[in-house]
Amino acid sequence: MCQTFSRNGSLIVLMKVKMAWPFSKGFLKILILHSINRYVKIPTKLSMLKRIRVTLAMLSIFAVTLLFLDFTGFAREHWSWLAKIQLVPAILSVNLLAILFLLAVTLVFGRIYCSVICPLGIMQDFFTWLRGHVKINRRKHNLYNFKKAYTAVRWLVFGLFVILLAMPVTHMIASLIEPYSAYGRIASSIMAPVYDAANNIGAEIAANHGSYAMSDVSRNNSSTLIAVIAWTTLIVIGGTAFFFGRDYCNTICPVGTLLGYLSRFSILKPWIDTSKCNGCTKCARNCKASCIDPVRHEIDYTRCVACMNCIGNCSTHALRYGLRRQTRGETHKPERDTDGSRRAAILTGVTLVGAMTAKAVEDKLSDGGLAPVVEKRPLDDRKRIVPPGAVSVKNLTDHCTGCQLCIDNCPNEVLRPSADFETFMQPVMQFDKGYCRPECTACSDVCPVGAIKPLDTGEKSVIQIGLAVVNRDACISASEGVNCGNCSRHCPSDAIVMIPVDADDDNGNKMPVVNESLCIGCGACENLCPVSPVSAIHVEGRMTHTQVRTA
Amino acid sequence: MAKFDRRVFLKLAGAGSAVMLAGCGRTSDSESEARDQQKTGEMTYRMNGSTGDRVSVLGYGMMRLPTLEGGKEDAEGNNIDQEAVNRLVDHALEHGVNYFDTSPAYCKGFSERATGIALARHPRESYFIATKLSNFSPATWSREKSLEMYEKSFKELQTDYIDYLLLHGIGMGGMESLNGRYIDNGILDHLIGEREKGRVRNLGFSYHGDVEVFDYLLRLHDEGKVKWDFAQIQMNYIDWKHAKQINKRNTDAEYLYNELDRRGIGVVVMEPLLGGRLASVPNNIMAMMKQRRPDDSVASWAFRYAGTPDRILTVLSGMTYMEHLEDNLKTYSPLQPVTDEEDAFLEKMATLMLEFPTVPCTDCKYCMPCPYGVDIPTVFAHYNQCINEGRIETDNRSPEYAKVRREFLIGYDRSVPKLRQASHCIGCGTCLPHCPQDIRIPDRLHKIDEYVESLRRNS
Repeated sequence: MCQTFSRNGSLIVLMKVKMAWPFSKGFLKILILHSINRYVKIPTKLSMLKRIRVTLAMLSIFAVTLLFLDFTGFAREHWSWLAKIQLVPAILSVNLLAILFLLAVTLVFGRIYCSVICPLGIMQDFFTWLRGHVKINRRKHNLYNFKKAYTAVRWLVFGLFVILLAMPVTHMIASLIEPYSAYGRIASSIMAPVYDAANNIGAEIAANHGSYAMSDVSRNNSSTLIAVIAWTTLIVIGGTAFFFGRDYCNTICPVGTLLGYLSRFSILKPWIDTSKCNGCTKCARNCKASCIDPVRHEIDYTRCVACMNCIGNCSTHALRYGLRRQTRGETHKPERDTDGSRRAAILTGVTLVGAMTAKAVEDKLSDGGLAPVVEKRPLDDRKRIVPPGAVSVKNLTDHCTGCQLCIDNCPNEVLRPSADFETFMQPVMQFDKGYCRPECTACSDVCPVGAIKPLDTGEKSVIQIGLAVVNRDACISASEGVNCGNCSRHCPSDAIVMIPVDADDDNGNKMPVVNESLCIGCGACENLCPVSPVSAIHVEGRMTHTQVRTA
Repeated sequence: MAKFDRRVFLKLAGAGSAVMLAGCGRTSDSESEARDQQKTGEMTYRMNGSTGDRVSVLGYGMMRLPTLEGGKEDAEGNNIDQEAVNRLVDHALEHGVNYFDTSPAYCKGFSERATGIALARHPRESYFIATKLSNFSPATWSREKSLEMYEKSFKELQTDYIDYLLLHGIGMGGMESLNGRYIDNGILDHLIGEREKGRVRNLGFSYHGDVEVFDYLLRLHDEGKVKWDFAQIQMNYIDWKHAKQINKRNTDAEYLYNELDRRGIGVVVMEPLLGGRLASVPNNIMAMMKQRRPDDSVASWAFRYAGTPDRILTVLSGMTYMEHLEDNLKTYSPLQPVTDEEDAFLEKMATLMLEFPTVPCTDCKYCMPCPYGVDIPTVFAHYNQCINEGRIETDNRSPEYAKVRREFLIGYDRSVPKLRQASHCIGCGTCLPHCPQDIRIPDRLHKIDEYVESLRRNS
């Protein structure tokens, strides 16, 4: 191990740069090597730096994926910040701290963001790794070669992305290629259902053994349309990675383009020590980013994701990671404008397949003495309701990239992805399965893009996201004289009062009336109304949220 | 001698040693048999400070006397089974019970007569008679009517003197009723005169309801206007601190007892079982009691509790059956006072019982189907099961809370689908006439729903 370390010598350089290391080289060496090798078994022939990268990447994708899968709130409570340091979410939510952090990391270490923070990047590395273990055309190694960058295409796509993202309607098209939300949709639509199914089998077993260790879960995160998009993303990007390495990141991905530009100026970077290089081109043939030009001994830093694969691969130790000896006199001033381009590139969009499956309302068979219950159905034709913290419908539509994280984290089956064109993949609220419960702030806790801003339960309890509306003709209390009042009984803000339909007859039929100044639009009344499948009281969303009183 | 040793042993146990109590619980068959035999002559007695009476700590309440089978009654409407009463009274006297409490109002007005018949067969000095001036009806508030009622008691009870006479149920109807019944018509003064004459040996009152009247009567005592020899209050381990939760107009026995104790007034306890409620408690509570004292009845805990404070003269029990009497004799022969630790235990049981009364649902399903789809019996079954297994908690600071919460909510969703849970009870009342147990089904469902809601919110 120690040999590996001293051979590439990279950490020593790293230590020199971060001048304030409190420990001696030897101490640090032992500390890091031991702690990593103890828990993660990585073949020892890999370089130390690669080992660190792989370890961090595995931890990172595991944690981000759990954010989508875990329904207990544990992941949300402990590492929802991992979603918030994704670049596009950080920019959309104007999270200056996260942006500065990412800029600093990139300017110091290069594009390691794409290797250890971006889940879509790590996912691609997984496919690349797979390729390295499958024999196709009698080859497992030397799969790549230096290619020229499609700089014009990159900036064109980048420009298009920025423009689309800035416009309200086309916003969601842009988010199709946004790496974090693209991965989110894969986690939400492909992995979460499997995870839930496995959990529910476990819960069934637990129930049979009288254990409370696991409990049933049901989420409203399944949408055929989004599943189609997620599968398409997985196949296209996964396939690209399998056959061509990081081509998606280095041609299409706008985050890759932006960080690639920045990383040209990074302090630490891989470089070729020409005094040692024997020109074997092994590094170039195994670079998944195809960015090493072995002839000119140059590395295209706009495409290098600092994966460190080349560092340990070089038999003459000519590849190093650290300060480059010859510095290039360039100042870094990030530019965002698009290049004029000769090559017209066509952005491959994903066709939106509009196959809406009508939700069949199944009548439950009555068993024993149970009366059949008609399940509620979601209301499609109401004014859109967005969760507390969204501030306004506009704020949510402007920021949301449709990553599905809030939907996966909603424990009350309220949030679900929209199928409308303008708000496609964004969360909408429906109260047919549950309602926006007072103790829960899950969606605002996790939202990384500032579409749903953080708030506490106190603040939430006074934010009016919509207003309950009574349909007196349908209400069994008002029209049939049944002594009900279930809406009024369950209203958490005491906004519903039962009054006589006939003002002169106190003992006659009662109907619910809503105090507009107290109703917060949580949907408890709609969810618990005995009238089904369409409740006699329902919530109409507010364009802009207000406070009913001070928190 | 073996027998002597056992007596010593039991006396020591009666002195309240927890270790000895534990030992008692494990007595072998022959020993508990011996204890049963020993109950005669072992009855615990208390001294009445006014007259020096040695009163048995178990008093016989003549309010729930056995009735004739098949709805038989005599020409006047008396349906008391006099033979059974005689048998009970004989057995009670034989085993040391010497306080018999009746009233002109009890058993359709025939209790005094039955008591008189049963007791007259024994020497007058072997028992104390307690009766009351029960002029509740405003029709009997006049001096003449009240005196008529008072004199009738002597006739019915076949006696020349009454050992303990009570103003009956003061506090009911407030000060107005007290003034109308006893003060304005001069009856109280008359009774004080009767005490001087010796026809009444002890004068006291029984109290229910408005505490203002209770305080007023004690003020009279403090001012030297009326000396109360004793007072009768409702006392049990629920009423001690939680009287208001049972009945809003009631007052905590802790206050009543301490006020009387401070003045040295002897206390007679009524409702030691709270109308029988403390004889049949939820299973989880029963189990905890049996774990401590496996051979003792659930009711015995309430009787031991009521008899423990020193100022208690006697604890009244309306014993309808010989089995009641025998169980009580066993409890009080001799009384093993509740220890401080047991006292805390009973207080905890009281809280549990009040906070989480089980639903007496027998799963007969007559209420079903609920038109709104609620699975009523299953909701009750889950709730009862959690109570009986002690898996219930409202204090979210409790270390058990998180576990209890999780198990209750998961178990609830497992046993009842969301659409059939208590939250869907709209309170239409369709179920009400069908319930043979008279359960207020919508109320209970709403209460359970509130508990579930509180659990959900305290995540």
